[in-house]
Amino acid sequence: MSADEKLLTLNLKIWRQKDAKDKGQMVDYTLEGVSTDSSFLEMLDQLNEKLVGQGEEPVTFDHDCREGICGMCSLMINGQAHGPEKETTTCQLHMRSFNDGDTIVIEPWRARAFPVLKDLTVDRSAFDEIIMAGGYVNVNTGNAQDANEILIPKESADLAMDAAACIGCAACVASCKNASAMLFVGAKISQLALLPQGQVEAEQRAANMVAKMDELGFGNCTNEAECEASCPKGINISNIARMNKEFLKSAVKSKS
Amino acid sequence: MTKKLDSKIPEGPVAEKWDNHRFKMKLVNPANKRKFNVIVVGTGLAGASASATLAELGYNVDAFCIQDSPRRAHSIAAQGGVNAAKNYPNDGDSIWRLFYDTVKGGDYRAREANVYRLAQVANNIIDQCAAQGVPFAREYGGTLSNRSFGGAQVSRTFYARGQTGQQLLLGAYSAMMKETAKGKIKSHTREEMVDLVVVEGRTRGIITRNIVTGEFKKWAADAVLLCTGGYGNVYFLSTNAMTSNGSAAWKAYKKGAMFGNPCYTQIHPTCIPVHGDAQSKLTLMSESLRNDGRVWVPKKQGDNRPPGQIPEEERDYYLERKYPSFGNLVPRDVASRNAKEAIDDGRGVGKTGIAVYLDFADAIKRDGEQAIRERYGNLFDMYNRITDENPYQVPMRIYPAVHYTMGGLWVDYNLQTTVPGCFALGEANFSDHGANRLGASALMQGLADGYFVIPYTLGNYLASEGLMTDKVSADHPEFDKCMKESQDRFNRLLHIGGSKSVDTFHKELGKIMWERVGMSRNEDGLKKAIDEISDLRKEFWKDVKVTGTEVGINVELEKANRVADFLELGELMARDALERRESCGGHFREESQTPENEALRDDENFCHVAAWEYQGDETTPLRNTEELTFENVPLTQRSYK
Repeated sequence: MSADEKLLTLNLKIWRQKDAKDKGQMVDYTLEGVSTDSSFLEMLDQLNEKLVGQGEEPVTFDHDCREGICGMCSLMINGQAHGPEKETTTCQLHMRSFNDGDTIVIEPWRARAFPVLKDLTVDRSAFDEIIMAGGYVNVNTGNAQDANEILIPKESADLAMDAAACIGCAACVASCKNASAMLFVGAKISQLALLPQGQVEAEQRAANMVAKMDELGFGNCTNEAECEASCPKGINISNIARMNKEFLKSAVKSKS
Repeated sequence: MTKKLDSKIPEGPVAEKWDNHRFKMKLVNPANKRKFNVIVVGTGLAGASASATLAELGYNVDAFCIQDSPRRAHSIAAQGGVNAAKNYPNDGDSIWRLFYDTVKGGDYRAREANVYRLAQVANNIIDQCAAQGVPFAREYGGTLSNRSFGGAQVSRTFYARGQTGQQLLLGAYSAMMKETAKGKIKSHTREEMVDLVVVEGRTRGIITRNIVTGEFKKWAADAVLLCTGGYGNVYFLSTNAMTSNGSAAWKAYKKGAMFGNPCYTQIHPTCIPVHGDAQSKLTLMSESLRNDGRVWVPKKQGDNRPPGQIPEEERDYYLERKYPSFGNLVPRDVASRNAKEAIDDGRGVGKTGIAVYLDFADAIKRDGEQAIRERYGNLFDMYNRITDENPYQVPMRIYPAVHYTMGGLWVDYNLQTTVPGCFALGEANFSDHGANRLGASALMQGLADGYFVIPYTLGNYLASEGLMTDKVSADHPEFDKCMKESQDRFNRLLHIGGSKSVDTFHKELGKIMWERVGMSRNEDGLKKAIDEISDLRKEFWKDVKVTGTEVGINVELEKANRVADFLELGELMARDALERRESCGGHFREESQTPENEALRDDENFCHVAAWEYQGDETTPLRNTEELTFENVPLTQRSYK
């Protein structure tokens, strides 16, 4: 516990929805004795223990590693994906970011491609489908040459790593008014386009992944950069430009 | 009657065993591979790499995970790196040295032949991952970068910033998605294995429960690969993910798969200390911090002055004092135990007194704050976010936490458990790390098993046992029986109608485990633990309160099922720790120590693997053994002085 630990009383407004078919509604809860040292999800654990104690169903939400890397946690907190802190996932957000007596509104990701399954849990399998459309290098196990035979300039490797840091949480989609998945798709296309291993299939990859993204009902990009602002890993919007470049190359070639 | 297990180690010198074995194993011809169905449970490094590779070969793979995507498996959280003996830095590394270090690091309780194979295929892993587009760290000339890790005397660790596990897993996941697109893998997400189906002594499939609908399903296959990770969450607080669990392995155990060395647990020295009762999990700070941080506590008991006001001569840099040649870089088990000693001695720091300092003041003075920021910036930020303290200005507070389990399902050299057709890969098996795992070796083992071992040994099993024609479908009555038993169990949990939440029981179990089966163990405590866990288990089945219904998502019900298994597994861990009357690696028995309080092995009586065999819920399990022989790395007392 930190030296300045305090206990908060909070007014929570939480989206409750029984299953995918239910209409759903906001429900109010009051929670006392929340330590400022607790994480946001530990605060929800505390609420759930209270609900279970009262014989009520706890709030369902996605989470797993609680270290900000698995990409499972996913909450709109007071209208912001992953809450108020910059480059911080919900599981790494701590209650010291809030004040005693605050009202906190907690909702699931909202996007046509991510139907709500229950309460705050949504179905993000659309992201797997996009990766299936080309988010890989076609190389089977056993085919590899010695790793040092592929020389990669440090700058390219670093840029590829910046893009590869995406955790697939979908905050970018949730925070975009068009529910566009361009930052997610752009990050994967960029990572592979920046490396020699991914060059061979770069254009085809861009064409296929973009087509799949459209097919699944994700919206277009209108350059508002909300995605970049809400990304817990600070993925840069320039990855979208790189994706557009690869996409354009493939479109021009397929016409000629 | 206890048994002596046959590990099926191939003949010949250790360096030739795997090559000889690969040649001798039977092959399944390419046209026949599509006639075999393989189930892979878990999609971490082991499961994802095995799924992808087997599908590439032509097998039909059904891959199951409990998360919403295979990419979320907890391998993703590994920070530091992956070892391989490439010797790119030209600093004296070799396959033999990696093999030697791993056997010694495991305190001579691992199987030599397995470890050698691991060291051999490690180089292929780096090649494979680079080919997939894993963005490893690079030098300016474009070659791969290496660093030293966990006290190794060579730089053999490859890394992708502080996110190596993430990048390797995303590589394996992308290979998996490539095969899913082709239809060779069917990926089943939010689908939890709840039983293993064994017919006439042979594995024939699994039963699952869908986490979204609550529906139970039967799945038949020619082989089942359990890639389900470790069971560290038995302690409630650990660095494992919240849903990491031991249930799949435990079901296999109850169907006849023996459990190897359940008491071998790795307690990692550099974690962020517990903040209070609401704590849900612990966060690891990469071991690399010990390259520059100095561990200390006050010399005086109960000295609660702020660290800055404790003068140099009143500080005890106990690792540097006790281990002058390795200093702060001693292996994990040694560092953890010494932290506990200092705290038990009343010299712990911080408000709770359950922490030691990891101090960067000297490193910042020497190299400048900027250099330290470049090396550890993301870790310092994470620490700051969690604790609200600035580690550039005040020393970090750290404390050991449960991190990894070296024990697991017993497997032979082919990664097969004692139930034919059921294999265990990665952390789920017991085989390669002995009694203590070295840093950056978990990623290596998960990928070695999945990319380069199982594709050979599975083919040999399928080809040798006549499984082309000998098939059992999910219509077999045994599938219905197993499904019915699973449904009954979940129904029972749902209708106990008790008064205490699942987490209450889990926390209580965690407390017993941490106190009595934690960093330091003794006969009296272990006996008490066995009784206490047994009582707690009885109380659980009488008084647990599970809300909700059997239809739809019910997180409390999922948790109840896993905690019920932990309440049995925890007892087996205590039992194993009690019977192993020696200290080795992470297993420290107070009765067995050197005059300097180091772990003292008893090679005469315990140079073996303990493989526990289930005998029924009310009967004590049998302790079988596999003798370990050390022909290449002579048995010596580990010393880091």
